[in-house]
Parts: sequence; C-alpha cells; structure tokens
Amino acid sequence: MAKNHKAEPIGGPPSDVEHLKKESNYLRGSLTDSLSNRITGGLPELDNRLLKFHGSYMQDDRDYRNEREKQKLEPYFQFMLRVVTPGGLSTPAQWLVMDELAEKYGTGSIRLTTRQAFQLHGVLKWNLKKTIQEINTALLTTLAACGDVSRNVMCNPNPYQSEIHSEVYYWSQQLTTHLAPKTPAYHEIWLDGEKVVDSLEQNGGTVEVEPIYGPVYLPRKFKIGIAVPPSNDVDVYSQDLGFIAIVEDGKLAGFNVTVGGGMGMTHGDTATYPQLAKLIGFVTPDRILDVAEKTVTIQRDYGNRSIRKNARFKYTIDRHGLDWFVDELHDRLGWELAPAREFTFEHTGDRYGWIKGKDGRWNLTLYVESGRIADTEGYPLKTALREIAKMHTGDFRLTANQNLMIANVTSQKKSKIVALLKGYGIAEGTQYSALRRSALSCVALPTCGLAMAEAERYLPTLIEKLEPILEEAGLRDEEINIRMTGCPNGCARPALGEIAFIGKSPGKYNMYMGAGFSGDRLSKLYRENIGEDEIIDTLKPIIDRYAAERDSGEHFGDFVVRTGYVQVVTDGTNFHA
Amino acid sequence: MQLQVTNSPFTSEQAELINKLLPTLTETQKNWLSGYLAFYRAGEEAAAVAVPEAGAVSVVELEALAAQASAASQGPRDATILFGSQTGNSQRLAGRLADKLKGQGFEVTLSAMNQYKTNNLKKAGYLFVLVSTHGEGDPPDNALTFYEFLHSKRAPKLDGTKFSVLALGDTSYEFFCKTGQDFDARLTELGAERIADRVDCDVDFEDAAAGWIAAVTGVLLAAAAPASAPQAAVIAADSLAAVQGESVYTRANPFMAEVLENLNLNGRGSDRETRHLELSLEGSGLSYEPGDAVGVYPQNDPALVDDIIAFLQWNPEDAVVTGKAGETSSLREALLHHYEITVLTKPLLEKAVAFSGSAKLAELVKPENKDSLRAYVSGRDVLDLLRDFEPWTLGSGDLANVLRKLPPRLYSIASSLNSHPDEVHLTIRKVEYEAHGRERKGVCSVYASERLEPGDKLPIFIQQNPNFKPPVNPDTPVIMVGPGTGVAPFRAFLEDREELGAAGKAWLLYGDRHFVTDFLYQTDWQRMLNDGVLTKLDVAFSRDTEEKVYVQQRMLENGRELYKWLEEGAHVYVCGDEKHMAHDVQAALLDIIGQHGGKSPEGAAAYLTELQEQGRYQRDVY
Repeated sequence: MAKNHKAEPIGGPPSDVEHLKKESNYLRGSLTDSLSNRITGGLPELDNRLLKFHGSYMQDDRDYRNEREKQKLEPYFQFMLRVVTPGGLSTPAQWLVMDELAEKYGTGSIRLTTRQAFQLHGVLKWNLKKTIQEINTALLTTLAACGDVSRNVMCNPNPYQSEIHSEVYYWSQQLTTHLAPKTPAYHEIWLDGEKVVDSLEQNGGTVEVEPIYGPVYLPRKFKIGIAVPPSNDVDVYSQDLGFIAIVEDGKLAGFNVTVGGGMGMTHGDTATYPQLAKLIGFVTPDRILDVAEKTVTIQRDYGNRSIRKNARFKYTIDRHGLDWFVDELHDRLGWELAPAREFTFEHTGDRYGWIKGKDGRWNLTLYVESGRIADTEGYPLKTALREIAKMHTGDFRLTANQNLMIANVTSQKKSKIVALLKGYGIAEGTQYSALRRSALSCVALPTCGLAMAEAERYLPTLIEKLEPILEEAGLRDEEINIRMTGCPNGCARPALGEIAFIGKSPGKYNMYMGAGFSGDRLSKLYRENIGEDEIIDTLKPIIDRYAAERDSGEHFGDFVVRTGYVQVVTDGTNFHA
Repeated sequence: MQLQVTNSPFTSEQAELINKLLPTLTETQKNWLSGYLAFYRAGEEAAAVAVPEAGAVSVVELEALAAQASAASQGPRDATILFGSQTGNSQRLAGRLADKLKGQGFEVTLSAMNQYKTNNLKKAGYLFVLVSTHGEGDPPDNALTFYEFLHSKRAPKLDGTKFSVLALGDTSYEFFCKTGQDFDARLTELGAERIADRVDCDVDFEDAAAGWIAAVTGVLLAAAAPASAPQAAVIAADSLAAVQGESVYTRANPFMAEVLENLNLNGRGSDRETRHLELSLEGSGLSYEPGDAVGVYPQNDPALVDDIIAFLQWNPEDAVVTGKAGETSSLREALLHHYEITVLTKPLLEKAVAFSGSAKLAELVKPENKDSLRAYVSGRDVLDLLRDFEPWTLGSGDLANVLRKLPPRLYSIASSLNSHPDEVHLTIRKVEYEAHGRERKGVCSVYASERLEPGDKLPIFIQQNPNFKPPVNPDTPVIMVGPGTGVAPFRAFLEDREELGAAGKAWLLYGDRHFVTDFLYQTDWQRMLNDGVLTKLDVAFSRDTEEKVYVQQRMLENGRELYKWLEEGAHVYVCGDEKHMAHDVQAALLDIIGQHGGKSPEGAAAYLTELQEQGRYQRDVY
C-alpha cells in the first residue's frame, strides 16, 4: 500500500511523566515502599502518577485543607479507586462487594462515573491494598482504570435491542482486556501471594513485557466507546476511538469507526480544545481488536510526549491530518476499512423506567442524581439497591449518563423489584423534570484535586432554581442536556452539553451553549466567569424565547445556534474562534 | 488526742492552753509551730533572743534565729540529702535544704537516690529524705533502686544515723505520700533515729515543705558546731527566685502570660481534643530548657461554681479569705480561682463533717469505713458532696478551712526557647467524662479548650525538671517514646537539637488512636524527618486497624535496631501515661535488651537499671 501522507513524530524533550514511566520499571516505581510508609497518608508525586495506572488517584478532602494546615496536620489524603467495568456491567454479587467496600473502606457511597465505572472515594492508604484485593476477588479490577493507557471501554447498555447487547458488550470486554497493560506489577504490588510469572523470564527474555504499549505506555489517556444507534449515550464523538454498531436485519453487521475525539482543554490556552471524532470507515466485528490495537500504536508512536496538554490523540490527528492517520492505519493493518455505513443518532440521554426487551426480559433504568449511590435522608437508595442485588438474577448496568439499569429481569422478579423500590420510596426518575433527568456532573470538590469550582454538590441546586423557569415556560418535559464540571478537563463532557458550565473559581463558571442534542456538535462559550444570579438572569430570557419561538421538535442547542446566541462550532479547531 | 497532765510533761494550765490552741491550727500552722519550737530551743541554748509573736513569724525570720543559734552550737557537720523526684519538686526542695546547710558551713552530700552509692549510707550521720509518691503509691523513677535496696535484706543497720523525711503527694490519691511513709518507717526499722517528724505535703506543698526545712535546719544547727559562714547567706538563700532563675515570677507569684495561639491539634472528626497553646513570656524574664514543665493556674468551671453557690444559697459577692495573709475576694472569685472544687479527698471530708448534719457523712469518715470513703470520693466533686450530705451549716467563711487550694497543673513544655524566643508552647488534652450521672470536666484542659482565647492572660510559672533532660553531648543518640500528649517534650527536644545543630541520631516513637485526626504535630515531624533533625519516626495508631497497635509493638518490631542504638550510647526518654503505656514500654525495653543483648531477665533488668543510674533512661510520666 502506498503511503501518501508521511509524517515524523513531533519529538521534543520528553515530559517529566515520560521519564517517570520509563524509570518505573513497568509501573512499579517505589509504590511498595511508599504504601508502607506510615508517616504520611499520601504518596510522593511520582508514585501517585504511577498509581493512576493501577486505577487510583491520591486526593485530599479540600474542605479540610486550610484548617488542617493550621492544626499541623497534613492534608486529609485519601484515595479514589476506579473499578473497570467494561460496558458498565456487573453481576449482583459484584454489586454487593462494591456496596460493602464503600462502607468498609470508603466514604460509604459509590459513585457511578460518566464512563460507566464504579468509583470509591475516601479510601485511606493503609486500606488500599485490602480494597483492591477484595475487588479482584470479585473478579473485577482497577488496573488501567486511569493512567496513560486505554481506559474502561464504554458500551450502550441497550434496553431496546437486547438481542445484540450481549454481542456489543462482548466486544467492549474484549477491547478492554486486549488493551489492558500486561505488566505483572499490578499483581506484585496488590495481589501478593498470587504472583504472576514475569513474562520476560517465562519467554527467555524474548517477549516484550508490554507488546502493545512498550515501556512508556501512551502519551496520554485513551478512551474507547461503542454506541448503538439511535442512542449516542456514550457520546461516541467524545472518544479517542469510537465504534458505532451497525445493525442490519436484526444482526450486528459490524461497526463504523470514529477517531480523534476528546473533551479536555485548559482555560486560557487556545492550543487546547474539545474535539469531535471523525468517521473513517466500517469494520466487521472480528476486526475491531486489530483496528483498536493499531490505532493505539499509532498514538503511541506519534503522540506528543513533550507537552502533556497536547498529548491526546485528537491533537495527533489534527496535527498530521485525518488522511495521514487513515493511511497509517491501513498500513499497519495491512488492509483497508470499508466505507462507513448509514446510521442515525437521536439522543444521548437515558430512557427511564421499565422497558421490555425483545428477549422478553425487563430492564429498569433508574435515575441516579449525579451518579451517587448513597443513603440520604428519606431516600435510602443504597440500601434499596443492596436488597435488590440480594435477589436479582440478572445484571446491573451503569449507564454513560451516571444512571443505573437493573437489567435482564424476569417478569416474576420484576414485581418483586417494583415492590422493593416502592417499599424504600425509590423513584425511577420519570417524575423529575426533564432537565434534571438530562443532567451530568463530575465529582469535583471536595475530593478532586483539579476542581476549581463545585459540580456534583452544586448542579442539583442550580437545577432547582432553573426548574420554575422551565415550568413557567411550559418546558418541564423538554429534554435539555445540561452539564457541569469543576474544571475544563471535561469528565462530564461539557463541550457536548446544550447548556454547560465549566468551573473557573469557587462559584464562578464559564457558560457554554449550542451542542447538538445527539452529541454531534460542540458547544460554544457564551458567558465567561459568571455566578448563579447571572446564570439565571442570562438563561431566563433565552429559555422563554426558546419556548415561544422554537420550531417543531427543535432542540435547545439547535435553537440557540439558529437564533444566533452562539456561533456554530463546526470543528474543535474553531471552538475558541 | 487531748493532752493531760497524766500523759504529758505539762502542767494542767499548760495542757489547757495547748489543748485550746492545737485544734484551731491549720496544717501549715502546725508545721510552722514544730519548726519554730526547734528554733526556739536552739535559740535558747545559743543566746537569749527575742521571741516574736507566733502568728507573725516568717520562715525567713526563723532561719535567722537558727543561724544565730548555730553560732554557738557544737556537733557533727555533715549531712546527706537524698531525693526521689519525678517532676522536680523534691529535687528543688532538696537543693534548697542543701543550700541552706552549706551556707551554715555543713558538708552536704546532695544526690538523687539512684545516683547515691549505698555503701556510704552507714557513714551518713544525718540523712534527709525528700521523696514524692506516684500513681498507686509508687516511688519516682530515680528513687526506685534505692527504695528497693533499702527494703531488701542488703540494707545496712543504721543505728547511728539521724534522719527526717519530707514526703510529697496528693491527698486525692489513695496512697497519699506512701513512698515517704515507707522510707520513714523503714529507716526507723533499720535503727535510725528520727530527729524531726515526717511532713506529708499535699499538692500545695510550699508552706509545709518550708516548715519542714526550717524544722530540720533548726535541729541540725542546734546540735552542730559553730558555723563559719556568715549569717546573711542563709537569708539570701531562701529567695524562691534564686532557686528558679532570674525571673521574679514563681509558683507563688505566677506570671500572667498572654495567650498568642490556642488551636485544636485534632482534625475534624476526632473524638479527642488537644489544645496547642502558645504563650508569650515577653517581659517575664522566665526561661526554660527542654524537659521542663509549665505550671498553670486554671480557672474552675463557672457553671459548677454557680451551681455550688446556688445550692448553698450563698451570696456570690460575699467576701471570703483566699490567702494566708488574709487577702479576700468575692466568694465567686474565690471558688473560680482559689479553691479546688472538682476533687474530693479524705481530709476534705473529715473537715466537712463538722458542718454537715448528715449522719451518713459522719459514718463515712470513720476509720473503719475507709474503703467506702475511698469509693465515694472517686469521681465525685464538691457539688456531689453538698447534695449527698445535707443539711449543711457551712458558711462561706468556712471555705478556707474545708477546701484545698486550687493546685496548678503541670504540662511538659512543647517548645524550645531557642526556636521560639519569648514563647512557651503547651499541649493539653481535653478531659471530659461522665461519672455518677454527671458530666465531669478536667479543670485546666476544659478551661484551655472552652474559655481561653488569644489575648487572654494565663497565670503560669516554670517548673524545672532536671530529671528529664536531653543529653549534654549533642552527638549522643536519643530514643524518644511519647504517645499522645507525651510527645510534647520531644517537640522541645527536637526543636532545640535543630537550633543547636546537634549531630546525634534521633528516633521518635509516637502513637494515638487515629492516623488521620490524632497525629499531633504531624507536619512538624515530617519536616524534621526531611531535614534530618529526626532520623527515624515510628508510629502506631490503635484504632485504625482491627488489632490495636501501640508504640511498644513498634519498639519490639525494631528491637534489633533499638538495642544497637542503646549499645551506641543512646538515651531513652519516655513521656506520657504512666499506668499502661510506661509499664508496657518498659516491658518492651526489657524484652529487647534480653533478646538482642542475649541477657537473662535479671541481666536485662540490671542493664536497664544501669541506664537509669547513668541518666540514660529518663521518664516523665503521669
């Protein structure tokens, strides 16, 4: 195959993190020593960087930071543990383990992430190992939940087309496993007693420890998601590598492939921007592992290892061009992708309530505010789900919108689950305003070290203030995707929110509008650095006008673009324009 | 006991006068009187001197009399003064006695009991013992070996020895002054002759101790040869200030220190509260060394004071006597600042009987009911007493005769004067608990945590503690065991070593309940570790794991290294809880010495005793 587009990797002096990875001896570093140091509940910066590859971040409760400093106490260091659940799927037994670990070692609650993973917060250093061991005993892992590797592979939980869910889910699992780091360090550090023989020794030193990644792994995190139209719940265009399931005659024909999406940016740095992935072709299911692996190796070889802010795959593609990438991919594959096939996305949100699948089993999608599974006053959600898990014979699926699906339920069990939910007073979500049901937020304060403002703790309050305005305008049941993050790294995919807020400083946000309802267009900055009063004053007239002047079926994001509140963003490269 | 013609050498007129006088005397007055009589006799023998009014005579004047008397006396001129001291009080008093006798030209041997060569004991003509009692009647650390020696079969006959004992203690403990009483009895048993009655001092010991010193000095001078030293030296030597350094501020005249900082060292969510107080010493002339303590005069809980006054239906503005010179203040002020109201003691109950119409109380104080009495006073306060034994005939004017003076609380200093000039830092854990259906509050700790603000003034004095001092040689390694607030003096030690650039290794062992909230001074230690001031830090948090872990476990885990440090000459310091921690730590030390030094239990004990005698094993436990 002729190479039309040649490219040289960008080069430049490797960043500190690159040195660290190189010297870490395949993610070992001095983690074992640092973990056993009793004088601090934290880790040195270098080991914390490595710890991410093992599925955990060091954080500190920022609510306590100032007072503890005065008290001559170090910050309240604690660890977030992220559990890899490809496609968000777990068994009732696994649910019960997470439920128990949250009580035993965490803050008591479980966070469902926007990437369909479980998160525990508040785990102390001394409990990390025990927690990780118990997670692994439940046949789950934290390996590669964070770090410069391919992350938890997302997948539509698919209540409508239940017959292809298991197939799509299978591929999300295969992708996760295929791209997982192969270093024995994880087993050595966390699962002692179950040491895996070093592959180098086993193979007489001839086989790479990390055949896909090599010793320095990727330049930056790498995200993969699989969408099943008409739902774009996984926000496939926000993924580094996306697959769009093509179903023909009720059968999974294969996947359209998208590349180069990503949300993160840095305030004030226009060289960083959110970008949507581009469609490059179609593959049959049996070839997607090959496509994923080769895509990852291209990013491995061409990604920016000098400046981390520009290291995501989207910048690699924008730097060298999509044509270069497709050529390079074809070159590495030794074959070419087929032309992309037809599909239509209609929305990104979840459908709440009970839905019967084509296999006759029931699926319940339950609204979970901010993805937080906790018992709160008058709303014992965590207890209710524990009781359901004890009798449930199907599975649990975390959705890309931080909600929970109790899936694969027989009619007989359905009535029991309905009774349990009723007994605990747990609502499916349909009674909430459509705005609230369509809301996404990241964790932010107090635990996230990156947060500049509140998100999870504040968005419900803001929505409460917006609801009367929507009610008055007759828009109570109009779905508008509203998203909030504490920083521009974009965990709640704000650049794809029809209304979005990105934290700037405590109580202050940049406000964005105009993203496509089905996740196919980026939003645009509308107001900078505004607080709650200004947010409400700004939004009220727009909402009122939207109610009065919208076209039939016109979504809010489309309306604000059509009426000129914001310019259309045709590509991430003109996001800041 | 009533004096009669038949059981005393007095005439009936004399006996009547004495019988009339004696029951009216306070403890202090009795002590004074006994000392005074000694001087009086000495004075009579020496020369005819004017006899001042008994009520007006001061210790200083008595000593002046004694000095005059000594000019004409004859007899041996050497004295051995042995002290056993935990917080330094006995040692300080022993020093005062020594100065006094030296000023009179005596040959004085002054020694901590464990430093004293016991084979000299037989040769000691005059032997003075000053010793405190701790916990369950235990001798202080530096008295232990001597105590055991004297009570063993190896103790020599002391037929020619003349002695007297000053015992320090606290009447709120069951075994009040037991160690001093034991010495007194044992010395008699060994054939020694008591030349002045033992005096048992309560926490407010100054007056009683001064009386004893005056008494024994008097006896000695009366029996001794003419002095060569000038009289003036005796009087000058008595200045309390002279004992405590240059400052005019003393236990008797505390400095009003401004509170610069008062913060809680326990993080949010802790079930404990530990205050870090920073006090200003500016203008006080006070100075201190690592290992010293600060005495704090606290304020009683105003709520408790008001409850007591309300219960008795007294007028809070009544004037009551608060000082020995007859100073007065309002009743409320007196109860807030001058009298102890949170602790009951046997003497207090015995005095209170006279004012209670309760037959139950009269019954309780009978000697045969001493166990019931002990059980009753435990965990109860004055308000309980008042409520339990009505009716009362107590008037506010009787307070001075019933209540104990509010004693100062001692806290090991947590700062180095070198790194915080003109400041002193204290670490005070709040004590609160429930007993007998009421919430009980530690007087000083609750005062510090609830009612003391920056800018307030706190009456304090410096209490030197010569028995808890870092090694003189900065190259000597130190091992410091200080869980909980026991870590306070080690902050002082380490800050001082940092300022002095001490090169010796330093190893700190710390423990508490929870790592996250109870790691006192955590960032200080982390910085010191980084800077190399601290070589090694081991911690044990008992409530973070299913199995409780304490500092002694960490010692045992590091036993080999710890023994190596000992062999390199390390000093070991232990500070904190006596009842459990200090005992367990000592057991761990013995274990380690036995195991890693290849010694038998007896060998290990001898090794540790030797460390103690060399001043290489020091404790500040409470």
